[in-house]
Amino acid sequence: MKSTKLTFLGLASALILAACTGGAAAPTAAPVAPAATTAAAKPTEPAKPAPAAGETITIEYWQYNFQVRIDAMNDLIKQFEAANPGIKVVHNSEIPNADFQTKIAAAAAAGAGPDVVTLFNGWVPAWVDAGYVIPLPEKDFPPAEIEKNFTSLVQGTKFQGKYWAIPTAVRSLALFWNKDMFKAAGLDPEKPPATLDEFVDYAKKLTKTEGGKITQQGFAVEMNGQAHQWFREVLTRQFGETPFSADNKTINYGSAKACEAFTWLTKFETDYKTGSNDLFDGATTAFTNGKLAMHIDGSFRLGALNSAKGLNFGVAVLPTRNDIKSNFGSFWTHGITKKAAADPKKLEASIKFLKFITTPAAGTLWVKYTGELPAQLSAAADPALAADPKLGAFAKQMPYSIATFFVDEAKQRQALIDAFDAVRLNKVDPCKALADAAKKDQALYDDFWAKHK
Amino acid sequence: MTLKNRRILWAYLFLLIPLTFFIVVRTGPTLFAFDISLRNYNPMAADKPYNDFANFARLFKDLADPDHVTRKAFENTFKYVLIGMPLQLSIGLLFAMLLNTIRRLRTLYRVIYFIPFVTSAVAVAWVWRSLYMPDFGLFNLILELFGVPSQRFLLDPAQSLPSVTAVVVWQGLGYVIIIFLAGLQGIPETFYEAARVDGANRWKIFTKVTLPLLNPTLVYLLVLQTIAFLRMFAEVVNLSRQGDGGPVNSTTTVVLRVFRESFGSSLNMGYGAAITVMLFVIIMTISLVQMRLTQRQVEY
Amino acid sequence: MDLTYSPPRRRGLPTPQIVAYAILTLGALAMVTPFIWMVATSFKSPGEILQPRFLPEDPTGDNYTQVLTRTLFPQWYLNSLVAAAISTASVGFFDSLTGYVFSKFEFPGKRIAFILVLATLMVPTEMLVIPWYVMAQQTSLVDTTLGIVFPGLITATGVFLMRQAFKSVPDELLDAARIDGMNEFGIFSTVAWPLVMPSVAAICIFNFLGNWNAYIWPLIVTSKRATMTLPIGLAFFSSEAGSAWNLIMAGATLSTVPLLTVFVFLQRQIIQGVALTGMKS
Repeated sequence: MKSTKLTFLGLASALILAACTGGAAAPTAAPVAPAATTAAAKPTEPAKPAPAAGETITIEYWQYNFQVRIDAMNDLIKQFEAANPGIKVVHNSEIPNADFQTKIAAAAAAGAGPDVVTLFNGWVPAWVDAGYVIPLPEKDFPPAEIEKNFTSLVQGTKFQGKYWAIPTAVRSLALFWNKDMFKAAGLDPEKPPATLDEFVDYAKKLTKTEGGKITQQGFAVEMNGQAHQWFREVLTRQFGETPFSADNKTINYGSAKACEAFTWLTKFETDYKTGSNDLFDGATTAFTNGKLAMHIDGSFRLGALNSAKGLNFGVAVLPTRNDIKSNFGSFWTHGITKKAAADPKKLEASIKFLKFITTPAAGTLWVKYTGELPAQLSAAADPALAADPKLGAFAKQMPYSIATFFVDEAKQRQALIDAFDAVRLNKVDPCKALADAAKKDQALYDDFWAKHK
Repeated sequence: MTLKNRRILWAYLFLLIPLTFFIVVRTGPTLFAFDISLRNYNPMAADKPYNDFANFARLFKDLADPDHVTRKAFENTFKYVLIGMPLQLSIGLLFAMLLNTIRRLRTLYRVIYFIPFVTSAVAVAWVWRSLYMPDFGLFNLILELFGVPSQRFLLDPAQSLPSVTAVVVWQGLGYVIIIFLAGLQGIPETFYEAARVDGANRWKIFTKVTLPLLNPTLVYLLVLQTIAFLRMFAEVVNLSRQGDGGPVNSTTTVVLRVFRESFGSSLNMGYGAAITVMLFVIIMTISLVQMRLTQRQVEY
Repeated sequence: MDLTYSPPRRRGLPTPQIVAYAILTLGALAMVTPFIWMVATSFKSPGEILQPRFLPEDPTGDNYTQVLTRTLFPQWYLNSLVAAAISTASVGFFDSLTGYVFSKFEFPGKRIAFILVLATLMVPTEMLVIPWYVMAQQTSLVDTTLGIVFPGLITATGVFLMRQAFKSVPDELLDAARIDGMNEFGIFSTVAWPLVMPSVAAICIFNFLGNWNAYIWPLIVTSKRATMTLPIGLAFFSSEAGSAWNLIMAGATLSTVPLLTVFVFLQRQIIQGVALTGMKS
């Protein structure tokens, strides 16, 4: 018993000792962060006036954590600082995508946070409501110029008659197909399906099963990926419905026609059994690892797919129906925060920075890093882009891409994920599941518009 | 100053920091939580007005709607308690008794059973998630050996809740075993001997000697584990694909709802706080029942 | 302790013993298999993860290099260690002191003070995270070590355990020290405290484990990768890694194995400590 006591004593003192030394070690050890952090090293250090340079203004720029975007922005910031010696930009890209809105809210409430911030286009109304961003000064960003020079997608973020944010680049959806699997199934590896009917046909032909187990998938619906966007803005239109009323107040995707589109989508899993997002750890992984023949995804996926070993894939425009072409356009856009607006010098620097990162040249740089297309039409019209075997499909679809007016993007996505799961897993009638989702979304829109009469 | 008064002063001095701490970090925030639950509380908004119990009205409306996710969260949480707690206690008691019978290797087994308990729930959840994978997870590899078709476990709404429960039971088992073992070792050998002399069989000994004498431990674990299951969060977040308690809300819990509402895109802290008040009432009721039970214990 | 007791031996083990060993071994297998799977997967190459097999065909340590160089694991480790150590030291001291006062002192308001502490046990942490978050925001404690540890610097459970523990310390001993002219803090720290060290160690161990594995509060109060604790970092890293299970399992292994090693060495003290906290509360 005595020895036990001694051990306890020793342990307790060791713990307390650990507390002291641990606490003391922290500050010295903190800067020795691994290489990966250097990109975003010490992002939120309070802006101190640099004594030597005298007139240096420091502004903070925040975006969510995504490596190619970080690299692209670091490059832009380097160029910007070289061109504007009086301005220093602190880049914070530490926050994961899922937490981004919450953490911005937290920082803003504490009077901290970014001066220039990147947000998803679908978040603009919510961010305006929350008061995170100010309208872009019309003197520096004349609406007429924006509408003339930028892709028309940007007009979707006009809210309460004003522009609140402006993007560097935009993206759309496309069909990715595995050429080797096409060849093995006796299909022309250079001819992806052009229509929805062909698409179904190909998906069936490309599916292989062994002893009741799917070993190669033709197509799998990734509702938590891009399939919900594809459904909302593309499939519903192709089946003769418009997803939203022109004033964005009424949701139409609960209708019978929209349900035809939704049923078409659910059949891949319930009837044709060409694959499932549950298999091979999700459709994107399955496609990357050569377990899925066709995949609908965005341009931002190119980087990862290009670096996948032994993956021989092509990128094509989305299949059509009744000759109706449509695409879902989306983008991360940049705004100026209230915090920046509170200090005239910071505001001026922020405006300069925002202008710099939204030039055609910035868009051209951006596409090289990320695969997202320049938002400025002059840069997007570059024939090299249209001719690019991978980017070409995206460039071709830009003119008819539509940006959804989201009220709460996360909840709207979840509603469709739940509806799809209810059909495939709980055998709920597709039309009922879809109508429920549309009803939930309509309630969100009603609340929203009640606040914005 | 008298010696007595000096000691009183010392007592106050010693308690100064701890009591301030409890008031600022515990009591104050408790009252604050009630206050938030009565307001339309978005941390961003300058104005956080009282809203005539609208959060509670919404909560009761949502609870009345069988399809609502909040209702599902409460239902699931009760299911976790009703499946997980009895399972954990009965397996835990069985293993503790087995450990109590063996003569050798007891320490080794004890250590092995305790390993999951010292591991973080996050790591455990991710390991189990890969074990449960439909195509290449260990469980399906084993099932395949027996010719059983591949199961989707966490991805199937019919199997997901039991699958999550299994992880939590597995992880907490070591703790339950240790506490039971300590309780068993506190039962004097003479009671067993007396029973054996009376010719009691194993089952009789278990029901007439072990269980009654183990009652305080049993009640303690019952309450503790019930509350632990009521507060489930980390496992569910990390076991469900979107961290949302899916598929189709089949694994979501009360605390996950609180988290999503309060810190998710809607930042609806008033409603989140209203749910926590509800949780508080449930847990307090259980604690009070426990106090009653243990007090009766002391009396006889 | 049990090894010294030798039961009446027959040839071989009696049947119930064999059954007991069989079930216990089966159970032990169920306890360790997930960990073996974790380690095995952590040595698989990316191409191997979607293959249905248990052990890696061509083990590679590459996953560990990637996790250690491309993520902030070392930083998360340090953050967890610092947070758990600070709160454990604070709990070890303040819980003892508070328990000591409630056990050995009489003063006006004692009952009220005691009920105040007792009442906090009734309130689940989940109810407090919203207010704590609002408080942390207003005091700029978000993303700081203090922000992570402040809710757990003193615990009511620990106070109760220590109050029980100090009851076993005879009053005569303390009075003798008083007669020697020692001040009250000296009596606490040099006379009474050393006598209850097993209990102190128990609450420290329990608290350290709790803090090391804490999830919901650190999740809420940290927003940047650099300030995350190990569980938060692991969860963040794993969901970002998508389906790179080889990397996720390497991360899980890195986050569990060091603590498990400590546990194996100190298993007796840790298990007894945990059992003690269970019995007294």
